[in-house]
Amino acid sequence: MRAYVPGYEMLAPKALDEALGLLAASPETLTPIAGGTDLMVLFECGRLPEGRYLSLWQLDELRGIDITDEFVTLGALTTYRDVRDHPLLQAEFPMLCAAAAESGAIAIQNRGTLGGNIINASPAADSPPALLAYDAEIELVKKGGARWVPYRGFHLDYKVMDKEPGELLRRVRLPRRKDEASWTHFYRKVGTRRYQAISKVCFAGLAQLDSKGAIKVVRIGLASVAPTVLAAVETETALIGQTPSAKLAAQARAAMAKDVTPIDDIRSTAEYRRHVSINLAGAFVDTLSG
Amino acid sequence: MADPKPANANKAAGPKTKAVKAATSGSSKSKAKPSATATGKIPMTLSVNGKSLKVEAFPMARLLDVLRESLDLTGTKEGCGEGECGACSVFMDGRLVNSCLVPVLQATTAKIVTIEGVADGNKLQPIQETFITEGGAQCGICTPGMILAAIALLKKHPQPTDAQIREGLSGNLCRCTGYMKIFDSVRVAAERALANEGASTP
Repeated sequence: MRAYVPGYEMLAPKALDEALGLLAASPETLTPIAGGTDLMVLFECGRLPEGRYLSLWQLDELRGIDITDEFVTLGALTTYRDVRDHPLLQAEFPMLCAAAAESGAIAIQNRGTLGGNIINASPAADSPPALLAYDAEIELVKKGGARWVPYRGFHLDYKVMDKEPGELLRRVRLPRRKDEASWTHFYRKVGTRRYQAISKVCFAGLAQLDSKGAIKVVRIGLASVAPTVLAAVETETALIGQTPSAKLAAQARAAMAKDVTPIDDIRSTAEYRRHVSINLAGAFVDTLSG
Repeated sequence: MADPKPANANKAAGPKTKAVKAATSGSSKSKAKPSATATGKIPMTLSVNGKSLKVEAFPMARLLDVLRESLDLTGTKEGCGEGECGACSVFMDGRLVNSCLVPVLQATTAKIVTIEGVADGNKLQPIQETFITEGGAQCGICTPGMILAAIALLKKHPQPTDAQIREGLSGNLCRCTGYMKIFDSVRVAAERALANEGASTP
C-alpha cells in the first residue's frame, strides 16, 4: 500500500541553528531526512510512519570536505558521489571511496549521504565497515551542545544508537595516517549484482606491518553479519603483533567465526554469510603475507 | 535501497483516517517558527527545464508525481518506485537523481531538467539521435531515464569504456532487456562526438 501523502509534514529550515531549535522543541516526533534514498523507499511502499519530518538537504553547513594535517572531516550531507570523486579520499581512504562507488548506482550516489548511511543504521550499510576500519569519529550536535565520539561503539543494537533524541549528526572525521605506502586496504562487497545491490557481506580491513613484518595496526569492519555494523574485535586481537602466514590466516578464520552472528533474510543465509566472512578474514591475512 | 525491516518500532503507516492525528499528535507544538511548515498542500515554485513553474503540492509528494500529475511532464516514467530502475531519472542541479525518491519540497531550491528539456525544439541531442539509429528504444519506458543517464555518463566520460558505460547505466533497468543496443547507442554517440571534434579542428 502506498503512503497517504497528506499524512506527512515537512519542515525545511535554512540554517543549522534553526534545525537544532526545531529538534529541541520536538525531539521525539521530528525525524530528520537527508537525501531520502532510504526513507523515500519506505514512503513509497507505505512503511514510513506518518508524521513530521525535518529536511536537512538545504543545510549547506552540513556539506563540505575539510582537510587538515590531522583529519579529513566530512559534513554529514557529503554524498557518495562527493566521496568517490575526492582525490585525497581516493589516495588515503580508498575503502570509503570503494564503498561509495558500490552503493547503489549514480543516481543514488548523487543523493545518498554519509550521515544518512550512519543514522539510518542499517546493518547492511556499505560505508560503515570502512568508517570502522579507519577509526572514524562522529560529531553529534544539539541545541547548545556538541560532542565528538568514536564511531566504534555508536551502534548499540539493531537500529539503536548512542544518540539522544534531538541530537543531529553534523560531521564525520577520519584520522590521517603517515607513510601511506606501508598500509594495506582490503575492501570486499559481496552482493548479488555488482551495482545497485545491497550487500550479503561487506568487509573492510586495514593493516600496517612493522619493519620486522609483524602486524602493527589492524582494523576490521563488517556489514550484514550482525544486528549492527560490526568491528571484528576478536579477529583484530588474534592478528595484532603476529606475522602474516598460512597459520595466522587459519587463526583469523577461527576468530572471525566468533565475531559474526549473521541471520537468514531475503538476501542471503546465515550460513553463507558466516562462510564468506571467514573466507574474507583468511584472504585479508593472505594479502598481508604477500 | 531501504533496509528490509521497519525502522525502529515504528509501525507501518496506518489507515488514512489516522493521518491527521499522526501529524498533529505528541509535542508537535514547536515554539520556534519554522521557515517552511507544511500542513496540507503548500504553494511552491519549481524551476523545470528553464521555466519557473508554480504548483501546490504536499511537501512529501514525490517529485516524480508532481512532474507527471501537476505539471503534465509525463516523459519521466515510473518503474519500480524505489530507486532501483532509473525510469524516473531527472537532473537536479546537473546531477542525475531518481525523482521517485525526492520529496518535492527538497526540489524547490534546485534547477530541474527532465527528458522534455533535453532536445532543443525538434533538434535532438546526439544521444537521442543514436537511440533512434541504433535501435536503443523498444517499449520506451526506460528510454527517458537511459538518455538522461547516458548524458550524465558522457559528460563525465566523453569517450567511455564498455565498463564505464555499464556502470554509468547500471541504475537503469530495461524490461525489454535491450541493453546491447542501448550500449551501442552510447558508443555511437561518443564516436560521432569524436568525429565531429576531429572535423571541426583544422
